Amino acid sequence: MPAPIIKVDAISKSFGTFKVLDGLSMQVMPGEKLALIGPSGSGKTTILRILMTLEKIDGGHIQVDGEQLYHMERNGQLLPADERHLAKMRQKIGMVFQLFNLFPHKCVMDNVTLAPMLTKGVSRAAAEKRALELLDMVGLADKAKAMPAQLSGGQKQRVAIARALALSPKIMLFDEVTSALDPELVEEVLNVMRKLAAETDMTMLLVTHEMGFAHDFADRVLFFDRGRIVEEGKPDEIFRHPKQERTQSFLKKIIAAGHRV
Amino acid sequence: MTQWSGYLGLILQGALVTIELTLMGSVLALVMAFLAGMGRVSRFFIVRALATIYIEFFRGTSIFVQLFWAYFVLPFAGLSLTPLQAGVLALGLNVGAYAAEVVRGAILSVGREQYEACTALNLGRWQGMRHVILPQALLVMLPTFGNNAIELLKATSVVSLISLADLTFQAQVVRSQTGSTLMPFVSVLVIYFGLALIISWGIRSLERRMARGLDGVRA
Repeated sequence: MPAPIIKVDAISKSFGTFKVLDGLSMQVMPGEKLALIGPSGSGKTTILRILMTLEKIDGGHIQVDGEQLYHMERNGQLLPADERHLAKMRQKIGMVFQLFNLFPHKCVMDNVTLAPMLTKGVSRAAAEKRALELLDMVGLADKAKAMPAQLSGGQKQRVAIARALALSPKIMLFDEVTSALDPELVEEVLNVMRKLAAETDMTMLLVTHEMGFAHDFADRVLFFDRGRIVEEGKPDEIFRHPKQERTQSFLKKIIAAGHRV
Repeated sequence: MTQWSGYLGLILQGALVTIELTLMGSVLALVMAFLAGMGRVSRFFIVRALATIYIEFFRGTSIFVQLFWAYFVLPFAGLSLTPLQAGVLALGLNVGAYAAEVVRGAILSVGREQYEACTALNLGRWQGMRHVILPQALLVMLPTFGNNAIELLKATSVVSLISLADLTFQAQVVRSQTGSTLMPFVSVLVIYFGLALIISWGIRSLERRMARGLDGVRA
């Protein structure tokens, strides 16, 4: 059995007095597609943000791809990670945000090529060639010269996916990537993610309220509540036969709100 | 009539000095604004402290006093400046202190999500600042920079106090030589106003150029 690519060990995180994550532990296998579901404030987005080093942890350890994320090993001792170590670890991880976070002053092409050129020293020509391949993959090769403000929400999110992929991360984090989209634009983004899952062996973690998509897409579903994982299992187990009462009542509410499971 | 054109020539010479001061002062002010403005948001306490001291000092003391220090006091410290150098130094440092706060405010006005995108794309602090944050912040700074530049233009008249023959100085010369008050003062009024208009137009067209594409209409 291969080693897990992500190993989260008893991490805790508070915002002020509010405990978002409470001794959370989880493991993700290489290539695994994981869906994180649960009510808002349950800590599912926070764990993604912690993996992307956008939030610091208060306690615990995280291992990514065999190395400590927030600590460095020096002479057998674990020290807090410095900026250089974090930069090295970030190379393994990419993230797509709910609100796209594209750079509004740069065209689509420059959005995608900026980071590879700056962080990996890729030449402009090579970066643009790769960007065109990625834009083609997300169905936007004809929009390379467009500015973000000229795109629809779904197109923006597909550019954001291409931009994250341009750094060839081993792990991709998707934080409610369809929540800000008009309903008719959701599917084009989900299709890109399906394609990504089918064509690559990337490890993918997604926080989502699209239960139908989570069911079809994920190898494993984690149900979060109050900073803990209440229940986890195969999509069929979680969605058809949830064992925990919290999971049952959450899914009932979601279905009542009109989401397909 | 030839006499008048001679006097007008004097005033135009003064206008050239004023323009020279404004341009060189603005360049220094711009450099100081970015140094101090970015210093104010630095990670390092000592950099923040130095930037704050500079800004508060130069905003909190009068430009007259700063000019006199640059011209009359610095020589005692072994640094003798020409009137033009002293003028540029005082104007640039003074207006730079105001503009530094503009730079700081504009940097802070760029949304947190842009900083997070930089982190997620593994850009270094400086890379993100240079390629993502500053280009967006610049657009926010421009209108207030226009104000600062016009303030600087008008403040250049203080150099007449250290006998630099700028626009205001020459107007006084013409007035004392001709006994006419109206002609020189109307001329300088019109010239200052014209120069200020040119700055306004310049900044506005720069704004338009830089905003292109951001609203999704113009590409």
